Amino acid sequence: MSAITNTSDHGHDSALHHQFEDIGQQNDSYIVGMWVFLSTEVMFFGALFFIYTLYRWNYQLDFYIAHEHLDVKLGAINTSVLLFSSFTMVMAVQSAQLKRRLHVIGYLLTTIVCACTFLVIKYFEYSSKIADHLYPGAGFATDAHAAFGAHAFEAGKLAVNMNHAQLFYALYFGMTGLHAVHIIAGILVILALIRLWVIRAKSVTLDYIPTEMVGLYWHFVDLVWIFLFPLFYLMPKPH
Amino acid sequence: MSSTVIPSGELGQQAEESNYLNVKHTIASWLLTGDHKRIALLYLVSTSFFFFLGSIAAGLIRYELTSPAGVVLESETYNKVFSSHGILMVFTFLVVAIPAIFGNFLVPLMIGARDLAFPRLNLASWYMYMTGGTLILAGMIFGGVDTGWTFYTPYSSMYSNGQVTMVIIGIFIAGFSTITTGINFVVTIHKMRAPGMTWFRLPLFIWAMYATSLMMILATPVVAITLLLVVYERTFKLPVFSPELGGDPVLFQHLFWFYSHPAVYIMILPAFAIVSELIANFSRKRIFGYHFVAFSSLAIAGLGFLVWGHHMFVSSQSMYESIVFSLISYLVAVPSAIKIFNWMATMYKGNIRLQSPMIYAIAFLMIFTVGGLTGLFLGAAGTDIHLTATYFVVAHFHYVMVGGTMLAFLGGLHYWWPKITGRMFSDGIAKVNAVIVFVGFNLTFFPQFIVGWLGMPRRYHYYYFAPEFQAYHIMSTLGATVLGLGFILPAFYLTMSLFTGPKAGPNPWGAHGLEWETSSPPPTSNFTETPIVMDEVYDFDPVSDHAKDLKDIEERNRRRSEEGYCGSEDDN
Amino acid sequence: MSFFNFPLAPPQASNIAQAYDPVFYALVALSVFFTVIVCAGVILFAIRYKAGTKADRSRPMYENLPLELTWTIIPLLLGLVMFYFGTALFVKIKTPPKNCEQIFVIGKQWMWHIQHSNGVRENNTLHVPVGKPVKLTMISQDVLHAFYIPAFRVQMGVVPGRYTELWFTATQAGEYHLFCNMYCGTQHSEMGGKVVAMDPKDYAEWLSNGGQSVAPMSMEQAGAKIYAKVHCDNCHGAEDTLHAPSLYGIYNKRRIFADGTSLLADDEYLRDSIIRPYDHITAGYGETMPVYQGQLTEEDVLNLVAYIKVLGTPIATTPTSIVNRHSAPTAVSPTNESSALAANAVQANTPDPDATPTRRVGSPAVGAVAAEGRNR
Repeated sequence: MSAITNTSDHGHDSALHHQFEDIGQQNDSYIVGMWVFLSTEVMFFGALFFIYTLYRWNYQLDFYIAHEHLDVKLGAINTSVLLFSSFTMVMAVQSAQLKRRLHVIGYLLTTIVCACTFLVIKYFEYSSKIADHLYPGAGFATDAHAAFGAHAFEAGKLAVNMNHAQLFYALYFGMTGLHAVHIIAGILVILALIRLWVIRAKSVTLDYIPTEMVGLYWHFVDLVWIFLFPLFYLMPKPH
Repeated sequence: MSSTVIPSGELGQQAEESNYLNVKHTIASWLLTGDHKRIALLYLVSTSFFFFLGSIAAGLIRYELTSPAGVVLESETYNKVFSSHGILMVFTFLVVAIPAIFGNFLVPLMIGARDLAFPRLNLASWYMYMTGGTLILAGMIFGGVDTGWTFYTPYSSMYSNGQVTMVIIGIFIAGFSTITTGINFVVTIHKMRAPGMTWFRLPLFIWAMYATSLMMILATPVVAITLLLVVYERTFKLPVFSPELGGDPVLFQHLFWFYSHPAVYIMILPAFAIVSELIANFSRKRIFGYHFVAFSSLAIAGLGFLVWGHHMFVSSQSMYESIVFSLISYLVAVPSAIKIFNWMATMYKGNIRLQSPMIYAIAFLMIFTVGGLTGLFLGAAGTDIHLTATYFVVAHFHYVMVGGTMLAFLGGLHYWWPKITGRMFSDGIAKVNAVIVFVGFNLTFFPQFIVGWLGMPRRYHYYYFAPEFQAYHIMSTLGATVLGLGFILPAFYLTMSLFTGPKAGPNPWGAHGLEWETSSPPPTSNFTETPIVMDEVYDFDPVSDHAKDLKDIEERNRRRSEEGYCGSEDDN
Repeated sequence: MSFFNFPLAPPQASNIAQAYDPVFYALVALSVFFTVIVCAGVILFAIRYKAGTKADRSRPMYENLPLELTWTIIPLLLGLVMFYFGTALFVKIKTPPKNCEQIFVIGKQWMWHIQHSNGVRENNTLHVPVGKPVKLTMISQDVLHAFYIPAFRVQMGVVPGRYTELWFTATQAGEYHLFCNMYCGTQHSEMGGKVVAMDPKDYAEWLSNGGQSVAPMSMEQAGAKIYAKVHCDNCHGAEDTLHAPSLYGIYNKRRIFADGTSLLADDEYLRDSIIRPYDHITAGYGETMPVYQGQLTEEDVLNLVAYIKVLGTPIATTPTSIVNRHSAPTAVSPTNESSALAANAVQANTPDPDATPTRRVGSPAVGAVAAEGRNR
């Protein structure tokens, strides 16, 4: 890293902010800052994961039955889409290191396409839940049969506690929703980054650190999904 | 002052011409500034405003409690008033004030940097703070909240009327302001120290600020998401904490205190930061046990994350959980004790200047000791049972928050005032004020220990059924009046000093530290050339200092006998 | 009065308070000790080493590991000792003995609803026997509350959706404060009342009397007492006398008056004739009866009328058993303690719409009442 940043020290002046001594210090600061920010994000999602774990532990069967309405196939497709977008993001960062401007733009655009695909699939998933009244609040799952199918019933009686199923969907919408907000924020940040590359802004073309920062953020967002997917979609049947 | 080599540049003359205050005068130059010193001043003005509002609420509470059946307020209004007092004081003052004012101003100066790592983020954090603060105020004006600052569910999520949602969103946004401030500090302290400024040459202020920042970064997001879930439950009637729908109301308390106990240390560690500076500099002695004081800050930050359950001994958490939390609470008391003893040892064989900031620091030491020791009553699960949520707790945390943080804040404000404004204030009045604050404070809050031990619950509007509490409440209200005076006076004499105070010069206190090497007020870029640090921190020599003192005194006595005595500012 | 009243400790009225206070005072002693050390040290140093004073400042010390360890380890050990005593106390507070008298408590905005094991109910007042361990099983119907008795040094959160427990053995008869100590909304400060610790014999009697200190009486019995107390029987005997007519069997009879008019002797007439006897003077008698307006409460008059109605019948002399009537839940705020109590007493005889008709033993009681609350 330092080898690359030091090769063109003179050209850095316009990209160097006044508070830093040199571009190395600036880059280090950016990366440390990003990691510290991500640690905040970890705690942010961590609280939610904690709540999820607690309630899933308490209401295993209800969560299991509620989760069966989720579409594992769509979830799996979304997972691979996001994983692929992480790959393109890595390629974008590498291209930035190699200073291949058009490659960077191309990979970043692919990443955005993946992100949008993810959101579109998410949209269809959300719609199907909403169609079955699985959004929490008054009128949750008024037609339990349509929502959960026959296996939610045992000897003609509802086997799932609707309050707990509602809790599951409250957490589902809350956590995947917050994740989606992060995806949207990511798309905006990547768009801004693309713009900088398109106009050949020195702040991004001279070294790859800004691109890497966006990459770090994007990988974090992916990582959150990597946890969300098995937690919500892949649940073993409790005994 | 030979600790630092300033490679070149006639610092003094240049600073006369241009400093961060007079470099530009437009309003936009303040509102769009990236300069950490200007942002610190923006924070000083805005946090003072919120502190003022919170104090008015405190005054109303104290006035109302002079009579067992209330004086002017309805119960509902009273509940809104004490909630406002708590929310304003905690979220818009205590958590923010010292880091955002003194931290912002001093972190770059003390480590020899030109600014914080992310100046625009720093400005953005002030705007977030103001947005949050405005929302909180708007919520209080248009309907108010009556949940207390703790927002316990299910009351806050399902039962309370009023603007809970708006206030919570305000706190959420203000919370992000503290997170970004914390990120800025951590990066700056890690990456932007001047050459030669090794970790163990950092002033203790920086160590404590670093520990504070870590807690801000790791704890604040938890309360942010928790409060957001309260809004979620409140707005959409979703079951998260409400037991009627399968939620767990005690879970909220766990998550809330997971933040709010560290938040207590977010409030007190910056006070330790200031007091370490004051004690060392006014004792003219290197701080005793530098490493112990530095690492005790980190120990507090680490252990501080593991003790939240001691707020919940009667909340229906399991007995074993309570015992573990109680044990860790006792462990976290030790680093605080270490600090106190080290400060005392610093004074031993020092060459102590009893100027106003030092008076505040001494008052801090005494009051914080009481505040910390009464924490032992509450950390022991058995004794906490009777005392929890009584006025004993109120007194305890005011001893720590007001007697601790607020006194340190005032001490720091007096200490760095000449650096911030370039003007000296009257040290005599400031010392008198320190005594007023000390007396007023103890008169206000000591009776509350007793009335709490008698069983007076907190957040009670009426106590006509227990008239035996009244005498203590009246004492407390009297004290609050004195204390209020002690908070108002500095506003006057410090403001006065801006117009009539003598020029301070770079180092009016004879203190040690990079911030005193540059002019007062400092130039926009802090130092004309990046300083190179050669010496250890607090590199005083009490013996030669004393010798110099004696010579000064001799000199002064001679002058006096020649010219006749006519008092002087630094006549100590 | 209360201006010069500076109590220094709450009453010590339970076994837990007896175990609690030594730990508390030990902590006070420890705190005073360290406060004195720190304050004295700071002031002493500030004076001794004030700039310009002649003091020995040679060989200043900046690091000293043994010293640091001393003031790390000593507070740590002292802390651990206090932790031990605090925890031992905590375990005692949290471990009720087996043979507890069980009482159920429901908290709701803004009152305490208490049910004793034989079904006797009361609001905002808790009667407990002295010398017998009592365990409270508590639940909230809405928000968080906390049941706090300072004189007993016990407190426990009352949480919706789960039972919490609290136990103590009262050691001194008397009345003590009962507070809700978890902020619960507008009237939080008024959600309280008192704990009445009674001699076990009195408590048993109180309990079997359906929650009253004296055996409850039928209205007729109460009326008979008043009849005797104000000496109605001096004139109104079994037979008509010179002074007054007999009241035996008077109810629903037509009465002829001195002015020739007549009225049916209904409840209204009986009441009028007690408080304003000269409105209708029965034919053949003079204005000799005292006027009882303002002398008797309406409650007294009600009871008196009830007694008059049965005068001369066997009921008037047979005691009626009405044990196990329930005191109704009263939403009376303790604005005025005595009037609240009076209101409670009045309602003791009115049917309680909320009341469970039979005695309840064991834990279902609380759940049942909590379920009632949900249905509302």
